Amino acid sequence: MENQVTRKAYIEDLARIQEKIVEMGIAAETAAKNSIKALLTFDKKLAAQVMESDDIIDKLLIEIEDSCILLIAKQQPIAHDLRVIATSFKISTDLERIGDHAFDIAKITYNLKKAFDFQDSHIKALADCAISMINMSIKAYKNADVNLAEKVCIEDDNADSLFAKTLTEISNQTSINTMPEFVFTSRYLERIGDHATNIAEWVIYLETAERIRKTKKI
Amino acid sequence: MQYKMQAKNLNLYYGSKQALYNISLNVPTNKVVALIGPSGCGKSTFLKTLNRMNDLIESVHIDGDIFLDGNDIYAPDTDIVYLRKRVGMVFQRPNPFPMSIYENIAYGPRVHGLKNKNKLNEVVEKSLRSAALWDEVKDRLTDSAMGMSGGQQQRLCIARVLAVEPEVILMDEPCSALDPISTMKIEELVAELKKNYTIVMVTHNMQQAARVSDYTAFFLNGKLVEHDITDVIFTNPADKQTEDYISGRFG
Repeated sequence: MENQVTRKAYIEDLARIQEKIVEMGIAAETAAKNSIKALLTFDKKLAAQVMESDDIIDKLLIEIEDSCILLIAKQQPIAHDLRVIATSFKISTDLERIGDHAFDIAKITYNLKKAFDFQDSHIKALADCAISMINMSIKAYKNADVNLAEKVCIEDDNADSLFAKTLTEISNQTSINTMPEFVFTSRYLERIGDHATNIAEWVIYLETAERIRKTKKI
Repeated sequence: MQYKMQAKNLNLYYGSKQALYNISLNVPTNKVVALIGPSGCGKSTFLKTLNRMNDLIESVHIDGDIFLDGNDIYAPDTDIVYLRKRVGMVFQRPNPFPMSIYENIAYGPRVHGLKNKNKLNEVVEKSLRSAALWDEVKDRLTDSAMGMSGGQQQRLCIARVLAVEPEVILMDEPCSALDPISTMKIEELVAELKKNYTIVMVTHNMQQAARVSDYTAFFLNGKLVEHDITDVIFTNPADKQTEDYISGRFG
């Protein structure tokens, strides 16, 4: 019997879900990047754009979830296919949360009375770290790159340390006018790093079927 | 939506025993409709009414209507041979004729008057290609069809149906005698064939219905309980009995 590709439509549906995850990842990364850019440059117009674009991310989440539910109901995915479905549910939720945090940061900018003073702050470094973690986790997903996924997990320690430094800075500040905004923003960025780490852990699970928490096998 | 076939208020009786109750079902053009339900629910009986195979059973009588392109196939002037050319059938067990692979395919077109050797060759090749069998058998067309594997024989039977250029293909559990790989090949073929044909398939395998069909009809005790888009039937059926059946709670 010759090797004929069977279940073509099913394989295409699975690939489409994975493409949508990448699309959602790029949208979430862009939202996070723009939310920080808006904050650092005090660009309320860009902040408003980020808030509007959250609907696109939410819509992608619903599309991915619906496609996954249909494939489970109709195609009985198993092994790697099943992990594609299971991780799509989880990763899309993490991406949606990243989108929400980008929205929250944009909202802070939108409501700010005057520009933040970021001189000598670690918040920019924390933002760069968090955004690069999203970028790497999506790249790891797209290319099934377990090594890169592991780097994201390691990078989370860096994000946590930058977050701690930011908090120390805030507590040492004399002006308390924008303290809550500073705290929330750094907290959102730290959470974005956590979600990127979750995504990376799901990439490892997708490709190896091994459950990892913070680079440790469970 | 365009309907290739429509059943309206169809009742069927084996002697005094009623087997189908007031079935109304539309079969959209170039779609796959799956008929599911437990044994004895009437799905195969219904399938056979679509090309009047039940005529072969003496005690059967029906009332109600079945339309093919809007024409009543039970009208007295219906040419049954022509009807069965337009509405072909593939059975549960592969049933090739005890002759060569080539002759199995050429038989139908010959019966319908095709004598030209070159044209016959073309029909045989085209039918075998459409049934995804050509590459496997092109070098042994004169071999007996009885030496083929079960999965190949079933695809040969599909090719045999295609050779007479039908418009609708009825399949009565076409994979129930096949191994999983052959089953997948038939399912893949069905997905390909629906571009040019309308397909109605009886299957005991609910997952097969979910995989291959656009619409699913659930039969129970001779009644059509529910029919809808397959995506809906398998994620949110309207009737509790459908849900219980597809989730394996009875049947």
